Amino acid sequence: MTAFGKLVRTTAFRLTLVYLFLFALFAASLLGYFAWNTRRLINEQITTTVNAEIAEIEKIYDRRGLRGLATTLGYRALRPGANLYLVTTPSGTAFGGNVESLSPGVMASLGWSETAYRRLDEQDTANHRALVRVTELDNGFRLLVGRDLEERRRIFGIVANAAQWSLLVVIVLGLGGGVFVARRVLHRIDAMTGTTQRIMAGDLSGRLPVGRSGDELDRLAENLNAMLERIEALMTGLKEVSDNIAHDLKTPLTRLRNRAEEALASSGSESEYRAALERTIEESDGLIRTFNALLMIARAESGQARGNMDDFDAADVARGIHELYEPLAEDDGLTLHVKAASAALHGNRELISQALANLVENAIKYGKPDPAVQPLDPAVAARSKEILIEARREGDSVLLSVTDHGRGIPEGDRKHAVERFVRLEASRTLPGSGLGLSLASAVATLHGGELRLGDAHPGLVATLAIPARAASGDRLAAQTQDVPQKVA
Amino acid sequence: MRLLIIEDDRESADYLVKAFREVGYVADLASDGEEGLSLADSGDYDVLVVDRMLPKRDGLSLIGALRDKGDRTPVLILSALGQVDDRIKGLRAGGDDYLPKPYSFAELLARVEVLSRRHGGPTEETTYKVGDLELDRLSHRVARGKDELTLQPREFRLLEYLMKHAGQVVTRTMLLENVWDYHFDPQTNVIDVHISRLRSKIDKGFERPLLHTIRGAGYMIRDGIR
Repeated sequence: MTAFGKLVRTTAFRLTLVYLFLFALFAASLLGYFAWNTRRLINEQITTTVNAEIAEIEKIYDRRGLRGLATTLGYRALRPGANLYLVTTPSGTAFGGNVESLSPGVMASLGWSETAYRRLDEQDTANHRALVRVTELDNGFRLLVGRDLEERRRIFGIVANAAQWSLLVVIVLGLGGGVFVARRVLHRIDAMTGTTQRIMAGDLSGRLPVGRSGDELDRLAENLNAMLERIEALMTGLKEVSDNIAHDLKTPLTRLRNRAEEALASSGSESEYRAALERTIEESDGLIRTFNALLMIARAESGQARGNMDDFDAADVARGIHELYEPLAEDDGLTLHVKAASAALHGNRELISQALANLVENAIKYGKPDPAVQPLDPAVAARSKEILIEARREGDSVLLSVTDHGRGIPEGDRKHAVERFVRLEASRTLPGSGLGLSLASAVATLHGGELRLGDAHPGLVATLAIPARAASGDRLAAQTQDVPQKVA
Repeated sequence: MRLLIIEDDRESADYLVKAFREVGYVADLASDGEEGLSLADSGDYDVLVVDRMLPKRDGLSLIGALRDKGDRTPVLILSALGQVDDRIKGLRAGGDDYLPKPYSFAELLARVEVLSRRHGGPTEETTYKVGDLELDRLSHRVARGKDELTLQPREFRLLEYLMKHAGQVVTRTMLLENVWDYHFDPQTNVIDVHISRLRSKIDKGFERPLLHTIRGAGYMIRDGIR
């Protein structure tokens, strides 16, 4: 396609053409209306003048006869800018007035007509036009009174001129503007197309150029960029997850296999076989748990778990989890407290409970005070063994938080800690799948909120911040109709 | 006890039939929904174990058809879909319990036993008694011999559930589901801690322990060795 062809095919250019046509039509009709009305006005004016003069002249003729008529006409014809006067005898010869010639047949018909004429007193030979009225006096004499139409012609000339010029200006400006706009748009679209082609070719890090004007194309580019950002994050996430799954599931699977092989190779006693089998079952249970957690995260992230949402009090969730974990914390030498203020929440109660349970489990596992920094003050020492579950409303969000006084997570590691299978150095030796925070984060995201990790000086504050009334009921109803698929 | 297993995967079905027969139950097998429905109609079964996704007629519609005919036989649904909302759908369709795959046989067995007991056994009693341990559900009093025991509300519910199923194995998941109403899988031994607290209240200082740990399965409350 040629550059011009591309230009002409743009929406902007086509729109310009349409507007051009509309504006031209508008200008033409405006001028036409003006011209038509002017003509009407001038005609009216002439008619009135001519009628008045005829009435006057007829009166004079009635009173003073042909002689008086001739005198009056002779006198009137000499006035500057005079009308046209002609009186003819019954035989058709001129008897008086200031007309030298007329279009043929004008005097033969009574009433109004337009005619070409020439005056007696005029030097130039050009033909003029006039609007005239012919009336009959008695005994076959006819009287013509008329007025020159030069004025009308001049006004028409002006209008026609204006029409020509305005049309020309509209076309030039319109086409120029259209080409300018179309080229501008085309230029930016071309830039976008170039980028998207690069992205399609595999370079996901490319971004569309965004101008500073904030117009519709910029907004589009911004949205597309946000979409690309999300796609890139998902792709990276997917890649990381598959790498991690490969790694993290391979290790226990290898262990499983080695153990079975070892038991098979050694001719041990029945109890040894039994122990090996039990360990195998334990190991596979761990694998199943990891798979379940992964599936749960995947479901929460894809938004499938939006069904089954209802209204409940976040304080009840906090108290329930506190009640469940309080003995476990105590066994580990920690004290678990709950501070729950009523906060209405709309969501999947089971998932939110599980997310909070994960945070509490993490706090119990990793929230023990650093043994190297043993405070001497017994009050401080007791405080450092406290874990607090809190539920409250803050602004538009419902916050469910778990605060411990362990080592916390260094600020630089926090973002990383939420990722799947990530187990920070300090926790590698403890059992766990590395999915607890990922699930909590996925659940928060599902409800339109987020998981925040903060510093408790010392320790970690993990907060599920969920917008109160996270999602509308209509959308939920639409989501619940999912079709089961054969997975096994 | 007579069981009907409706499962299309040959290998897991054979495994289930064999495992149930080993513990002394009669287990029949149907490999698709239609066959399962006609067998369930004709036979007198104590519990049906139904896979959720079956050829010809899926598990949920099979249960619906049974319930429409007024058949109240307890049904346990097995499913690869382990999520909360799938479970709720299964129970709404008329299932009595829901067990996501993969499961341990001990878990399945414990649940099937509880279901069969619920079906045929006595209706809700107001007092439970195991040995010299007594629990009054109306006055919320618990006594062992002459000693009155003070239990926290949740400990009371835990003991109530255990005593309701006295002589049966209850798994940790069953406890979490029925006493706490949570359906997720905690990564820690949180239930064990609750049990050990309860145990310290009802068994500590008594000669005969009543609350037993069943290895690889769960817990059971019973008097002596049975």
